[in-house]
Amino acid sequence: MANTPVADNPAPAEPAQTPEVQVDPLVALGESIAARGKGAILSQAVRNGELTIETGLGSLLETVAFLKADSSCRFAMLIDVTAVDWPGREKRFDLVYHFLSMYTNRRIRLKVQVGEEEMVPSVTSIHPGANWFEREVFDMFGLVFSGHPDMRRILTDYGFRGHPLRKDFPLTGYNEVRYDEVQKRVVYEPVRLTAEWREFDFLSPWEGGAFALPGDEKAGDAKAGLPGSPNINR
Amino acid sequence: MAVKDDIRDKVSLAGLQPEQVGGSLVQGGPQTGGLRVEGVQTGLYTAGADREVTVREMNRDLQDKGFLVTSTADVINWARTGSLHWMTFGLACCAVEMMHLSMPRYDLERFGTAPRASPRQSDLIIVAGTLTNKMAPAFRKIYDQMPEPRYVISMGSCANGGGYYHFSYSVVRGCDRVVPVDVYVPGCPPTAEALLYGILQLQRKIRRTGTIVR
Repeated sequence: MANTPVADNPAPAEPAQTPEVQVDPLVALGESIAARGKGAILSQAVRNGELTIETGLGSLLETVAFLKADSSCRFAMLIDVTAVDWPGREKRFDLVYHFLSMYTNRRIRLKVQVGEEEMVPSVTSIHPGANWFEREVFDMFGLVFSGHPDMRRILTDYGFRGHPLRKDFPLTGYNEVRYDEVQKRVVYEPVRLTAEWREFDFLSPWEGGAFALPGDEKAGDAKAGLPGSPNINR
Repeated sequence: MAVKDDIRDKVSLAGLQPEQVGGSLVQGGPQTGGLRVEGVQTGLYTAGADREVTVREMNRDLQDKGFLVTSTADVINWARTGSLHWMTFGLACCAVEMMHLSMPRYDLERFGTAPRASPRQSDLIIVAGTLTNKMAPAFRKIYDQMPEPRYVISMGSCANGGGYYHFSYSVVRGCDRVVPVDVYVPGCPPTAEALLYGILQLQRKIRRTGTIVR
């Protein structure tokens, strides 16, 4: 019983001997999407085993609909919507969508460049699950989605000022709260830090330092052999 | 069970004392048939009298007169320390340690406490976790709904002073900015034991300060 497959082995081994190069299905999928996108797909690439395609703001909705409906894609599940802030760029934000196809067990990332003043069409009509994701992106980055059923903040405080994940947002924000004994309620005041701001350098005194520790001067010769890491356990 | 009781009767009738040998109880004698139970006390009660002076005093009074004399303040404080109904106010990971405290291993309820879901029934609120700006007004409202006398335990770094999120745009830098705090429990998160110690410290504070306005 156990020996019978051995006898059949030579037959499956044959395809490996053919010089034909096996094309990664993800690469093939990316190329196929780009070919059928008719210019809507600006670029596609597979990096670290992940397929990323890029499209323009004008063709965002049709691309998402295509990815959901096309029989070779069937990316019916919206995993995440987020954004990246590139303050130095002309179109400041990258809007990023992640999709999963439960039918083909594949994932895809869709990127769109968005300027600070531009409105983004909401994909809630195609993926209802995008509702809260888009609210979060609005809250954190200030990107406004047109056609969204309920475009308001989702995480930050009522009356919050600014968008925290923008690179120009101050880490400590603008307001802080305190209970006011006179007014008998929680009041908002401009941030006043009582603890001084601390910069942490992650240079451990035990490794990587270009300085000699007190009492460690003689270890210089030994250290020469090991650049940058005098191991105290040595 | 019936067999053991039978044996115990025989032992006590014969005036024999069970011997304690290395954690195992041996009830000797020909009547018992050499019954031996490893590590389990099944014989007579062998613990001595309570060596605490006050407790002995109290017992003597109780047995002699049938009543005890003390001050009202002491009785009230005794009742208060022994029935801390605490508001569950879990905000983050500290809440998990707070749950551990209620579970059988640490069993907070042996100190007479009870978790409450309503601030109107609570004496104590344990702020377990990060207090955010958005939560602060709601937290104050809950505190205001608690009846006097009320106590606050601030649990963990975040509640004590913002902790890891001290410089964040959305976190209150210590819940004592919103309510007065009685006991701060340090840790990130504090262990259930640490929180238990904090509760014992609060009991001590209640016992020592008293709550009657004169």
